[in-house]
Amino acid sequence: MKTEDLIKAISADAELNQPSLRLSFVAALVAGLAVSIAFFQMELGVRENAWESLGTLRFPFKFVLTLSLAIPALAAAYRLARPEAKLGNLGWLMLTAPVLMFGAIALELSAIPVAEWWDKLTGQTAWSCVTSIPAMAVAPLIAMVAVLRYGAVTRPRLASLAAGLATAGLSATLYASHCPNDSPLFIATWYSIATAIVVLFSLLVAPRLLRW
Amino acid sequence: MRAAIAGDEPAYQKLLASLAPVVRSACRAGFARYGAPANDVEDVVQETLLAIHLKRHTWQQSEPLTPWVLAIARNKLIDHLRRGGRAVKVPIDDVIETLEAETEEQPIDSQEMSVMLDALPDRQQRIVRMITLEGRAIKEVAGEMEMKEGAVRVALHRSLKAMAQVYRSKLS
Repeated sequence: MKTEDLIKAISADAELNQPSLRLSFVAALVAGLAVSIAFFQMELGVRENAWESLGTLRFPFKFVLTLSLAIPALAAAYRLARPEAKLGNLGWLMLTAPVLMFGAIALELSAIPVAEWWDKLTGQTAWSCVTSIPAMAVAPLIAMVAVLRYGAVTRPRLASLAAGLATAGLSATLYASHCPNDSPLFIATWYSIATAIVVLFSLLVAPRLLRW
Repeated sequence: MRAAIAGDEPAYQKLLASLAPVVRSACRAGFARYGAPANDVEDVVQETLLAIHLKRHTWQQSEPLTPWVLAIARNKLIDHLRRGGRAVKVPIDDVIETLEAETEEQPIDSQEMSVMLDALPDRQQRIVRMITLEGRAIKEVAGEMEMKEGAVRVALHRSLKAMAQVYRSKLS
């Protein structure tokens, strides 16, 4: 077939228009989160003393931490949906969460006696944490991969990584309002394991789905 | 491109016709760099044009068009070379960015698209043939095939998507 002939066919198809990437991204995010929130309401729920806990240091910090992971990763995933994408400063911004986490660990270790370290780390709900966060990340991850497929990803592994981190971060944000453990030692251990599970899954499954 | 996104067919056709040589010389440079025979340059050009079309919503209207087009071309080029069993490690950016308007050779026809076209269901095949090889308008096709114009458009759109799909399935 001649290229000029193909161009005729393509230009004849100009009229069927597609929704914008931005709109699709937002729609996917809302849809994915809606499923996770519904699951959260049915199975977990916000913990009872959440309101009073807002006055403490450790409880609000959990949200700072999880959102500092989710927001830059979301922005990165959105950017990587376009073929000419460059991460720019976002790459550095994605280091915010680990930096905050290590800072918090240091502060926590200096604030509590050595004898309590182990108890703080193991907490009471480790299993629930490492299962609930990945479980609530599933729907947003599916939505995110779907919208990345709708885009045109030229760096599939990086995009899968961003999608995994973003959805783990969002799911962890939800879970943090249920989780009774606020110690950075607990968060650094179990939330990180949960995030790693989501990211690993995303890296294993998503890249091949992002070919176009 | 803005006019094209708004559905202006003649403007779109003009734009694609002017992008084709740019994509073609970028692909030639890439092929030369990796020592691939230049016979299937036109395959990559057509794949790229098809991808430009199907992914046109990923272009941000506030951004320049060329980097976006070349990013798609680069991606299609790498896929194509990989399919041919070449290890593509060196970034092609520098090749693509330093390209200049070359003297335009007469492009040869793409084999791949024709093979693809044959694989489409009969009706879609007829529609695509009428529009491409015979250069008919949607309206004429609709009249001849006793279909609604909208249905012809949908069939055409599906055909283009299916044609692009073939490359993807070849990869895996």
